[in-house]
Formats: sequence, structure tokens, C-alpha cells
Amino acid sequence: MGLWQSYRMRLRRKRARIRAFRKHFALRPVADRTAGIRPGDVLLFSTLRDEKVRLPYFLKYYRDLGIGHFLIVDNDSSDGSADYLAGQPDVSLWSTRASYKGARFGIDWLNWLQGRHGHGHWTLVVDPDEFLIYPFCDTRPIRALTDWLDASEIRSFGAMLLDMYPKGPIDAVPYRPGQDPFEIAAWFDPGNYTIRRNPLYGNLWIQGGPRARVFFADRPKKAPALNKTPLVRWDRRHAYDSSTHMLLPRGLNLTYDAWGGEKASGILLHAKFLDTFAAKAEEELRRRQHYAGSVEYKAYAERVRDDPELWCKWSEKYINWRQLEILGLMSKGNWA
Amino acid sequence: MSLGIVMLVHTAFERAEQVARHWAASGCPLVIHVDRAVPERAYRAFVKALSDLPDLRFARRHRCEWGMWGLVAATQDASTIMLREFPAVRHVYLASGSCLPLRPVQELIDYLAARPQTDFIESATTADVPWTMGGLDEERFTLRFPFSWRRRRRLFDGYVALQRRLGLRRRIPDGIVPHMGSQWWCLTRETLAAILDDPDRRAIDRYFSKVWIPDESYFQTLARKHSRQIESRSLTLSKFDHQGKPHVFYDDHLQLLRRSDCFVARKIWPSANRLYEAFLTDQAGAMSRTEPNPGKIDRVFAKAMERRVRGRPGLYMQSRFPVEGRENGLTCAPYAVFEGFSELFENFEPWLARMTGARVHGHLFAPERAEFADGETVMTGALSDSAALRDYNPRAFLASLIWNTRGERQCFQLGPGDVFEDVERFIARDANAQVSVISGAWAVPLFRSGGDVAAIRQEAARLQAREAAHLAVLRAQSTRARVRIWTMAEFVESPVEPLQSILAEIGQANPRGLAEVPRMADLTGFEQFLQDLKNQGMHPYLMGDFRAGTGLHPSPDAQRKPYLAR
Repeated sequence: MGLWQSYRMRLRRKRARIRAFRKHFALRPVADRTAGIRPGDVLLFSTLRDEKVRLPYFLKYYRDLGIGHFLIVDNDSSDGSADYLAGQPDVSLWSTRASYKGARFGIDWLNWLQGRHGHGHWTLVVDPDEFLIYPFCDTRPIRALTDWLDASEIRSFGAMLLDMYPKGPIDAVPYRPGQDPFEIAAWFDPGNYTIRRNPLYGNLWIQGGPRARVFFADRPKKAPALNKTPLVRWDRRHAYDSSTHMLLPRGLNLTYDAWGGEKASGILLHAKFLDTFAAKAEEELRRRQHYAGSVEYKAYAERVRDDPELWCKWSEKYINWRQLEILGLMSKGNWA
Repeated sequence: MSLGIVMLVHTAFERAEQVARHWAASGCPLVIHVDRAVPERAYRAFVKALSDLPDLRFARRHRCEWGMWGLVAATQDASTIMLREFPAVRHVYLASGSCLPLRPVQELIDYLAARPQTDFIESATTADVPWTMGGLDEERFTLRFPFSWRRRRRLFDGYVALQRRLGLRRRIPDGIVPHMGSQWWCLTRETLAAILDDPDRRAIDRYFSKVWIPDESYFQTLARKHSRQIESRSLTLSKFDHQGKPHVFYDDHLQLLRRSDCFVARKIWPSANRLYEAFLTDQAGAMSRTEPNPGKIDRVFAKAMERRVRGRPGLYMQSRFPVEGRENGLTCAPYAVFEGFSELFENFEPWLARMTGARVHGHLFAPERAEFADGETVMTGALSDSAALRDYNPRAFLASLIWNTRGERQCFQLGPGDVFEDVERFIARDANAQVSVISGAWAVPLFRSGGDVAAIRQEAARLQAREAAHLAVLRAQSTRARVRIWTMAEFVESPVEPLQSILAEIGQANPRGLAEVPRMADLTGFEQFLQDLKNQGMHPYLMGDFRAGTGLHPSPDAQRKPYLAR
């Protein structure tokens, strides 16, 4: 990697930090409990809008994993998400009515909050419909993972997005607050993913799964990216660049082994395809606040109207992390 | 009182205290060393918390940095105190704050009492150990290492390079034969005293203070000099990964640890509550009096290391994406590729499926769609038959197909009409691929289509050029696939033998010969068809020479089709 490119990347990183600074003025603190953050706490950062129905299970899931504090940006919810979150003892809440797109899909806000409160902590950036699975997550809290990563001098942990969907029409079974969404959306595509390496950022570009299979079968290039690096030992000089798929400095993207071995990695179970999806897709299409002119949501809205079934004969029913490990979707690496 | 514990602590003080009390409860005196990097307040709180134990001393604090001399100095000081203050101690056990006794301490005391002269210390010469880090084995003892590997990596590496370049070598003191081994040992009073009171100790210490990772070699070397009876193994179960970092035990290792019959394990995750509870309070659940047997744990960690270093061959995923040449197997299992067979034989695919039990696909890289076996539109792994998805990344498509169907042999057809430019080199480089080619057989469907030769000519030229290029790829030096190429003329002359060898390769050889042969397409008039192409100015050559009396066996009822039938 040449000097010039390194310099360009450095500028990009600086720019992301500056954007974060500029955009943070739009954030209004609603409940700031960050004084209660203890050293060593694993912190969760999230941006959301109108996700109240998901929040009870989301908070419970991550509390059970051992998340120390939740730092959440509410982007103008109208369903009472903000009130609900403000009442939680381990949640700090900011609210903004600014454009989600203008803040690069929330990245700028979270970069700011992470720089401010995440320095020196392990930080987890997830959406309210993303649930982190890592090796031994059924027996070891997330601190066991981050302690191990620290001891191994690893700064970032990759977790691919795995789209989960129900058998039958997406909207057949209503999701109730507090319910485990994977009781309904229990299925996933086990082996149809494609990977390319991004030569500039060094990250892998992963596509595939049911969205590529059903919504983008005729234009696979447009299929959404599934690679993510949600768990990072944050430093105030770090920044997510343009999306949570890429980090700067670039070394943080090297969550894979290029010499034949396997690094430890996890999965983000993606509970997007519940009965709430159709309404969400319509609304997002109207707001046009998503990536690439919401091309993704356009494709969904078209398909979902006539044939809302993602399940196929070769879909796999989710059991546990060991199953995902055996299927080769994630890896224990050398963590035993 | 016959066993004394020297304990090195630098973190997780509550656990260290808990373990210290556990040792003390069985009458073992302790000398504890706390890393000087620990803040004074934390240190004082720790000392205070343990102030009620009578047979406990604290040693002078050294800075204990991994790979540096401080750890040895700390151990020396603490051991000196142990020998001086507790004359009844017969064995001294070196442990850390994150060590956990797995068996009742009394069992360890009895075990040692039955072996009063034995020193338990892993100790081997550098030539015989596999666990060297960073390519430094013998050089640990012949170069100087004043810089920390953890904090000053560049200086460390630079200084090593400099010494190598200048050809500097240290002289190893007389009477010293460098040995290495686990830093956790259990020595008899006699041996330990002899090491500490060695008349040459100043010179020896000066030498070892610049050796790399002296805590793995100082006592291990000197024990060889002074011990009467060495049992070269550690009583502490401690496993290291490929980076030389200790593996950590968690709650879910409880059964594994129980069955290990080891006396002490390290290192334990400080928050592994169940482990501490099980082994420190529940003495009834402790293990039988047998020799330590860490074999099972060894296997678990060896597998983990293997996975990290070599990975699963043929798997491409988010944390395993090898660069070209480092795949260690491009795909995960053998598969067979057939070119020209479904063209030459009318029922090749069902025949092959019957004979081998393998999953036989059609043309996976056909232009319209991936022709999965049985006309499926989605395959194992939810792999779609969409040509666009497949062509977006055909290598991933093929590798996924083979990975998804582990345990079931895959066969598929390929031909010059397919879209596989991006994947043909991959197949050729793949040692798992068994490629069988009947060159020129693409002409058979053209011949049988009965179209106008003039119109067919162009298509024939295209297919022939494509196949010629493809054969060049298969014949390249870099090819690792098992490739067999017959010209069509060769194959038609004696088809049984090649078919047999193909089945044998898939593992379905029948010693009595083929129970059934596939039905060859009717080739009556094929020579004339080729001649017609030639007459049109094209030169079909890949099918071999059909003119010179190739033994075609036209079935008697076969009627030659008129060319313009359709």
C-alpha cells in the first residue's frame, strides 16, 4: 500500500471524524446516564426509528450477554420508542430530527458518541433487529470474548449479517413485544454467499442470502452487503467510514485470515423479515432515507407485494452457534 | 507442612485471594509476589485482605513483563523467602493468581510426599521442542534481548537483526546447557536451594537477564545442573496457542477439567464462577486419585490451533479468505467434471447417477441457468439456479456447491457452450477436480440438430475455438486437477475402458466390468457432416480423425436424417 493511499485514507478518517463533530450538534441528550459507565464495560451503540415493538427483547438479549450500557440515538420516532428507552436504567438516549441520510445512515452520530464515550471500551454497533452470536455465546458472556480478544491483541471482531425469515408468508405471524423474533423468523440460507475483497479498504464484501436469491437474482451486484465489523475496541481516532461495513484505520477491517487459517468470527442474526417488514418497507420507500436511493426497499416493496415468501426447500432452521460454525458461516478460530 | 506455594499475581486479586485461602486452608504456607505495575492502592488492599493468614509473606515487588527477567527475579526472591521462613517445606510449587487447584490440596501433598526426591519441571533442550516463538530457538541463548517484545517490537526486531548481521554471539557460561519448558514447576527444597545458592549465581543471573523469555529457561536449565531426579513434566495443566498465549478455561470446560485429573490448571478466566465454585468449595466432587491425564484437553486445544492456522479446506467465509496459493485445497471434496459425455451419450446423466450414486448435474454453467440435478431451481445451501447470481461470482458458486454437499459426490457437465471463463482456471488448479473431456463432442448436437451446415458452421467454429482455449488451460503446467482428454474418435472406438476408469475414480469400480453402458448417440453420417463443415471452409479437428476408418458402429435400424428436416 503506497504512501499516497495511506495519506488518502488518513484524510478520509479525519473527514469522518470532522463530519461526526459537525453532525453531533443535531443530537439532543434525552437521558444521559453515561456517568454510570464503568471501566471495562462493553458498550452498545444503536440508531433507531419507530422500533418500540422490538426494544424489550433487544434490551433483554444484550443485557443477558453482559452489555454494560446502551447508547442510543432516536431518530424522530413517533411510536413511543424514546419514552420507553428514556425509562431504562442502563440506557443513555439522544434524540434528533435531523436526516438519517444526511448523517450517513446514522454513522456520523454514532462515530461521535463512540469517540466521546467509547474510547478504551469494546463497543458494539448494531441495529435493533441485529442479534450478535459469537462462539460459546450460550455459555460465555461477552466479556469473556472481549477479554480473550484483548489477550490475543485483536482489536476488531467480524460478524456477518445473516438474514432470518419465517416459513410461509413474511407477515403470517404477528410479532409480539418481548418475543424472541427467531421463534418466527427461524430460517436462513446456509450456503449461497459470495465474497470479494475490497482492495482499498481491505475488508471483505459479502453478498448473498435470501435477499440476493429472491430480490436481486437478476442484478446481484446491487444485493446488500452482509459483511460487518460490529465489535471494536474503540479508540477516539477510529471511525466507521460511510457504513458499518468499513472501518478506518484499515487494519480494523482485517477480521479474516488470508493465509488459509480461520480467525474467530460471529454472526449478526438479522430479524428484518417479520410482519413489521412490509409496513417498514413502504415507509422507507416514502422517506427515501436509505442507501443508494433506497434501491433495496424498492426491490422489496415490489416483490413483497405479490410473493412474500423467502423460505425454500433448502432453507436451514436455526438451532445454535455450533450449527452456524459447522456450516462454515462463523468460526471459533483458536478460541476453545 | 511439606508443600509451599510461591504465587505470582498481577491481576484479578479477588480470585488470587480466594485461591490463596484455598491453599492456606490445607496448611500450605504462601509467598506472594505482586507485579510492581499494580497500583499501590490495589496492592495495599490485597495485602490487607490477606492479613489474617499467618503463614503468608509478600515478596519484594519486581516489574514482571512477559519475556523479561523480572519474572525470574520475582520467583527467586519469593523462593528465598519461602525456604528461609518455612523450614518444614519440602516441595515448592510455583503458581500464578489465575491457577486453580483441581484436586484436593491434600492429594497433591500426598503425591509429593510419596516422591520426596523428585523435581517436577518440564525441561528439554532447544533442539527438541516445537514451541518456539518468532523463529527464535537457539538464538534465545546466544543473542541479547534487552528490549520488550510486547512494547518495543521494532527495537526488539532491529536489535536481533543487528546482532545477526554483526555475527555477535554470547558465550554460554560454563556448566550451563540451555533447557526450556513450562514456567510452572514444583521443585524440592534441595534443588531450589542449590539453584539459589549456586556459587556462580551472579554470573548466571547476569547471563539469563538478557536471554529471551528467561522464565521458561532459567529454572529449567539450572534444575538440570542441580537436581538428582527430574520428572520432566509440569504438574500445572497449561496450554498455549500458536502465538504463545495461554489458553483460558471457562465455565463450559468444567467437565473437561474434571476428567483431566490434573492437580492445577491455568489459566482460568476470572469470571468463571462455576469453575471456582466447583473446584474450591466442592471437595466431594473432586476427582479420583489417578495420574494426571490431560490428553482430552490437549486434543481440544490442538484442534483449535489447527483451525486457526490451517482452517477448513475449501471453505470461503467471513474470517477465512485465503489469497491465491494459500487455499490449502481450493474446494473441500473431490468432484467430477464431464465434457462431451452428455453430448455423445443419450442417457449419460441418469446412467452415471445409477452407477455411482453421486449427484449428477447437467451443465451447471449453461448460459440460461444452472442445470441442477433433477431439474431443481434451488440446491443444497439454498444455492440459486439464477445465471446472473452464478456468473456474478462463479468461483464462489462452485466452491459453495461442493462445500454445501460435503459427503455426497458431485458430478456436472461442462462444454464450450457454457459460461465458465471465470472459473476454468480455478477448476484446472483444483486438485479435487477430476476432469474428463471428449474433445469435439460438442459437434454431435449440431450434427443431430440437422440444421443447415452453412448456418451451423459459424457456431461450430465458435465452439471449437472455445474448447481449444479451454484445453490449453487444462494442459497448462499449473494444472493440479486430474485431467483426461480423449478425442471423440478415440473415445468412440473403445468407450468401455475410459468409462470404467472414470467410475473407478469415483470409487464405484466393478471388478466384473460395467453392468450397463450408456447409449451412444447415433452417429451415422457424422463423417459426412464433418466433411460438409470442411467443405464450408471450417476445419473441425478436435474430434480427431474420423475419416481414416474409425470404427463407428451404426445401429442397423438407425436412419440417416435428412439435413433440412426441421
